[in-house]
Amino acid sequence: MSKHAKIEKNIGLMGILIALVVSMGGLVEIVPLMFQTSVIEAHPNLKPYTALELAGRDIYISEGCYNCHSQQIRPFVDETLRYGHYSQANEFVYDHPFQWGSKRTGPDLHRVGGKYTDEWHEYHLMDPRSVVPESNMPGYPWFAEKLVDAEQTAAGMKVQAKWFGVPYTQEQLDSAQADVDGKTQLEAVIAYLQVLGTAIPRSYK
Amino acid sequence: MKTNFNDEIVKKFAIATVLWGIIGMLVGVFIAAEMAWPLLNLDVPWLTFSRLRPLHTNAVIFAFGGNALIGTSLYVVYRTCKADLFLPKLASFVFWGYQLVIVGAVLTLPFGYTQSREYAELIWPIDIFLTIVWVSYAIVFFGTITKRKEKHIFVANWFYAAFIITIALLHIVNNLQIPVNWHLSYSVYPGAVDAIVQWWYGHNAVGFFLTAGFLGMMYYFIPMQAGRPVYSYRLSIVHFWALISSYMWAGPHHLHYTSLPDWTQSLGMVFSLILLAPSWGGMINGIMTLSGAWHKLRDDPIIKFLIVSLSFYGMSTFEGPMMAIKTVNALSHYTDWTIGHVHSGALGWVALITIGSLYVLIPKLWKKEAMYSTKLINTHFWIATLGIVLYIASMWIAGVMQGLMWRDINADGTVVYSFAETVKATYPYYIARFIGGTLFLAGMCIMLYNFIMTVKSKGDAKDIAGVAA
Repeated sequence: MSKHAKIEKNIGLMGILIALVVSMGGLVEIVPLMFQTSVIEAHPNLKPYTALELAGRDIYISEGCYNCHSQQIRPFVDETLRYGHYSQANEFVYDHPFQWGSKRTGPDLHRVGGKYTDEWHEYHLMDPRSVVPESNMPGYPWFAEKLVDAEQTAAGMKVQAKWFGVPYTQEQLDSAQADVDGKTQLEAVIAYLQVLGTAIPRSYK
Repeated sequence: MKTNFNDEIVKKFAIATVLWGIIGMLVGVFIAAEMAWPLLNLDVPWLTFSRLRPLHTNAVIFAFGGNALIGTSLYVVYRTCKADLFLPKLASFVFWGYQLVIVGAVLTLPFGYTQSREYAELIWPIDIFLTIVWVSYAIVFFGTITKRKEKHIFVANWFYAAFIITIALLHIVNNLQIPVNWHLSYSVYPGAVDAIVQWWYGHNAVGFFLTAGFLGMMYYFIPMQAGRPVYSYRLSIVHFWALISSYMWAGPHHLHYTSLPDWTQSLGMVFSLILLAPSWGGMINGIMTLSGAWHKLRDDPIIKFLIVSLSFYGMSTFEGPMMAIKTVNALSHYTDWTIGHVHSGALGWVALITIGSLYVLIPKLWKKEAMYSTKLINTHFWIATLGIVLYIASMWIAGVMQGLMWRDINADGTVVYSFAETVKATYPYYIARFIGGTLFLAGMCIMLYNFIMTVKSKGDAKDIAGVAA
């Protein structure tokens, strides 16, 4: 312990040692993942979000849906029965940021795409208890009135293409603003929900 | 009377701690009510649960906890170094800058401006400003240490130092974003990598903000109030280095059975189990400081707050590693059990140690003999403890129930319960949790009253310089 006195008397040395020991965990657990193929290579069926879907995703983030809904199906019998095929890392490579969530006050949404009709979602988002009486989800009636920020969506797609290498075509980037102009938030959110998890079929055997 | 700048700045942090604590917990109680009675969302966007929940977590962690940590760290560092705070004007900037960050949170989160990273929701302009404030704080803290008149750096300062350095590292790495416009930005990391970066951050916000920092508080205020030296110097050294090195590996337990590669999950689980030892080292060191003076636990309600906080710390740092075991996590994850676990740590450990320390600190800062009413401290203690027990017990039961209902399979291979049925079964526990939270909030209001009356009371203490550590 007398050797420790050296550290206790030297704040510079103590600071450096602290910085060293706290850096190890992240270096070992995070950095290798940036090079692990199963994590960074997209599933062959995975398509980048269209302008409308990305606009919906931005609204999903903005409203804080992740506070109550996960997007991550674990490989358990009950989860694959209830939600569909378990989630794979290669389905999320175009997700900046990820939306896996940490709590299921409501059900998982990773493979909600195609599970319900657009009309069901419309009723549900306007007034959740009109279709699920037991639900404690808030309503989002303003989705029907508010319009998508088209300029933001187009700029966002460009950022994703330029900085993260999301494979958008020039055509998609050019038409992005026009594609979502005048669309309601409701249309955008539903478009996003309907594409979720569709790279892999829901049924799991 | 000559005012002492060092104490004046700590006073501001003490006031901010109590006020933001009440606001943050009030938001918590409101969103708890929304979960039990969803009509309370009122179809008003900025009152909606999903927008207010991040405001609650940010307010209690960073506004209540943060002000308590920065304030006490400045107090402890200038007292134990026997030196005035380094660059007083910068220290003032740290205070006002930090409050500005919090006001920024209040003005953005309810209006849908968020990064959606749990406990790091603040948008990029606020993140950058927070970085400037944090670096200023580091300069004041470490600058004061270099001015010290004592050769040895007191143990509480090691923990505060680790807290300041690590939070800076976590904040910067987790918030690497490319801005789209003034409020929207995208994380540079893709999907699964983004998830591990965020939970490396999230877990260590718990480890360094809510643990290491508050252990610094514990190492100063428990010996001071008990009038006894820290139990074991050797244990302080061992558990300090063991705690800060193992915490940083435990993040992946937030992503068990997800698409995160298995090797990362298993590594995270192993380190989470190891983490039990240094955590309990700190608890034992704090509780045993009372060795030979156990009667104070009966006589002094402030000691009750401090020691019971360590009991909750011990309990939640046992529960945490247990929930990090993959098979247990398979049941507990995504359920309200996690919420119960968080609050046994946040209310039981973080809030109680803060409240106890404030009850020690307030009379000293305002130069009074003691708090206005010891009886009210005792009332606060019992109402807070009752609130915590009601809160965590209801969430434990709700969580285990949800986990069991979700996994229940019929003989014919179909699920027994629809998701909606599990929501319906949880309502009574949401109501019980709301009551528990309300009790805890009531305790905070009692504290505010006692605080105001203490400051207004006559009978200044001549000189209570405090026990130098």
